[in-house]
This record gives sequence, C-alpha cells and structure tokens, in this order.
Amino acid sequence: MSGEKTAVTEMRADPFVNDEAIRRVFFEWLCRMGDNALILGHRTSEWCGHGPVLEEDIALANTALDLIGHTQMWLGLAGEVEGKGRDADDLAYLRDAMKFHNLLLVELPKGDMAVTIMREFLFDAYHHLLLSWLAEHSKSPRVAEIAAKALKEVSYHIDRASDIVVRLGDGTEESHRRMQDALDLLWPYTGEMFIGDDVDATLTGAGIAPDLGGLQGKWEQNVRSILDEATLKAPEPGGFAHLGGKQGRHTEHLGFILAEMQFLQRAYPGASW
Amino acid sequence: MTTTLLPKTDDVWTWLAEVPDPEIPVVSVTELGIIRDVRYEGDRLVVAVTPTYSGCPATAVIDLMIEEKLREKGIENLRLERRLSPPWTTDWVTQEAREKLTSFGIAPPVDGTASEGMRSRAARMSGARGPDVACPRCGSTDTERVSQYGSTPCKAAWRCRACLEPFDYFKCI
Repeated sequence: MSGEKTAVTEMRADPFVNDEAIRRVFFEWLCRMGDNALILGHRTSEWCGHGPVLEEDIALANTALDLIGHTQMWLGLAGEVEGKGRDADDLAYLRDAMKFHNLLLVELPKGDMAVTIMREFLFDAYHHLLLSWLAEHSKSPRVAEIAAKALKEVSYHIDRASDIVVRLGDGTEESHRRMQDALDLLWPYTGEMFIGDDVDATLTGAGIAPDLGGLQGKWEQNVRSILDEATLKAPEPGGFAHLGGKQGRHTEHLGFILAEMQFLQRAYPGASW
Repeated sequence: MTTTLLPKTDDVWTWLAEVPDPEIPVVSVTELGIIRDVRYEGDRLVVAVTPTYSGCPATAVIDLMIEEKLREKGIENLRLERRLSPPWTTDWVTQEAREKLTSFGIAPPVDGTASEGMRSRAARMSGARGPDVACPRCGSTDTERVSQYGSTPCKAAWRCRACLEPFDYFKCI
C-alpha cells in the first residue's frame, strides 16, 4: 500500500513554466497579478462587518473572497515558475513591502464608500479588459486558464460596480460630491495600469500578456461612458500619473496592510490551523 | 505477491455521488458538476475536481470529504487533481440537482444568464429582461433581485413580490 498523502496538483502542460529565459520576469509578472488581487482583496475585506447596509457588506466580502481566490492561483503559479519551493502563502505572508509589486491604486486606504466603490470600478474596468485578453490570447495555457476562471467572477464585479457608480454619482447632493471627490483623488493613480516597463515588454513579446498601452483606449471609453451616466466629470486624459508600485516603490500605506496581514506568520512562523 | 483488484471507475463515480456539497448538502459533488474526471494512472486513482468559485472556502472541505469517502471505500492510492479549465459553469448542474435545490428553498440557475460585465449592464439599461427566476416557495415569477451577491459566492439575494418571501438564487456563472 501507499501511505502517501493525497496531493492536489495542476497537470496542465505549459512550456513557459520551465523556461529559463523568462523565468525571472514571468515570476515577477505573476507576482504583480497576484499582488493586485491580494492587496485589493485585503482592502475590500476591511468592510466586512462594517458595510453601510447588509447587502453591500455581503457584496464586498464576496468580492474580496473572489480576489483572494485569484491571488492563490496567480501566486501559486508564481511559486511554481520561480522553482524555489515557495507557495502562494509564502509569497503572501513572507515578502517585505518592497517585494510587493501591486499598483499603487489598490493599496490606498479604503476611505469612505465612495472611494471604495470608485476604486473598485476603475480597477475592475481594467481588470476585466486584461483578463479578457489573457483568457483569449495568452500563449501560456496556465495563464489563460487562470484568467478565464477569474474573468467569470470579475464580470460580476464590474457589472455591480458600474451600477453603484451611477447610483451614487447620480444620487443625492452628498453622494455625488463624495463620488466626484473619490474620482479626483483616484484618477492620477490609474495611469500606472497602462504604463509598461521591461517586464511587461518581455511578457508582451512572448505573447503571454497584452501591450498594456493598447488597453487604455477601450478602458477610457468604458469608464467615461459610466461616469457620464453617473453625472461625474472625468478628468482630462493624459494627466499626471503616480508610478512606482510595480517596481516596489510604495506609498506609506502598504506597510500597514502587511503589518496586519502578515503578523501571524511573522510572529508564529509556520503556524497553521 | 498479492494482486489488488482495483475498483471500477463507475463504482468510484457512484461513491462520489454520496459526497454532499458542504454548504448546500442536498446536492452532491457529482450533481454540481465539479468532478471532471476519474481515471487510473497505473494503480493510482486520480480524481479531477474543478473549483466552483476561485475563493470558495468550501473547496478545501470538498477535497477532504472526497478523500475521506474514497478512503472509507478502501482506496489507498489516491491523488486529487485541481483542474481549472474549462472553468466551472452552472450549466453543469444536473436536472436532479436543480429540483433538489428548489425544494431546499434555493432557486436553480437560469442557464445563459451569466454576467458579461459592462455588456450585461448595458443590455439591462436598454431594457433587456433579466432571468425569469421562479420563487422556490410559491412558484411565482413575479420576483426581483435584491443583490447579485448572497450568503455564499454562488448565490444572489432575491425576493418574491407575490408571497413577499426573500430567497436565494443560485446565480449563473
């Protein structure tokens, strides 16, 4: 008999997973995907038990849960590609802030409901386009299948976020003002989504990921159509963009998230329950 | 040397049909459509399972329950495989399971109505009808969505305008 423990593993063949030529940048790109989902998921989960109404509380908790699920898939694959035996938990709980390469947009404090919803909307609009491309065109089968899985869930995210942006933007005087303030606050953080670096260029060249700049037009068009409906004034295109998150240069907010999120594994290494 | 007779995969499918979904125990994992393959690699049994929602906390429990059931049936050499593609869809929920869901108080999925993001919203805005969801209690289709999220990732919160009861709808994905 075999007393071997049951293993839960992926079996899909993917030439890129063991490709020495792109191992480092592929790992880096997968961490960015996972870190965006993880940090936004954590931020969104901060509403759990604090939502203004029960339905919103539940919706935000479910959204956060989906994002944490995406994190497990992206960081799990990142660990495999890296090939040093690190799994998704190791990457989530044992990296320092400078090793996190998420967009600055997702680490900003949750603010009020307007900031939370506006941030989710601006990110979802990008996330949906990115995942759609990856699911349909990525030459990495593992990336494509994760994207296809996540896309089904993110379709519900953007659907709901668009509805609420309109409801709050074209709502009361106060909700409109708060949504416009949230838009003005967050807009300068959206440019980073479309500005690629060497990592992006290598992945684009390999056919794994899209040219990020190429997504921007469609994103703007989608986002502006909802903002118009919401009677919100979208800033002019091409303004100032805060950059650095993808390279590990963060706002002061990320460290506090990690302090909370990583405390247990740092204080009690290897703890499980 | 002893030769072990390996159970037929058909028998394994029958055993798996006894494993309930931990959150909706009236339906089994096979009825949900999440068991994608049962096969042997040599004398090792491999069961391929696909997650419903990627963050669903029930996924780990389901793996554990599948393992327990197969161990109980005498399977010693076992590997569970997580299969992501094709991604799970509610279209795979069997007819029997849909009837069980209804009698359990959960409206079953109306196929072909999964959200496509902003496109779905645009269709809604231009007057497209949403799914005709029948109230699992009184059967009326005079129902409305309260929220597209509910008590578990796979459900949405609805209410019936005829009998005024709130109910869960197993939403399409």
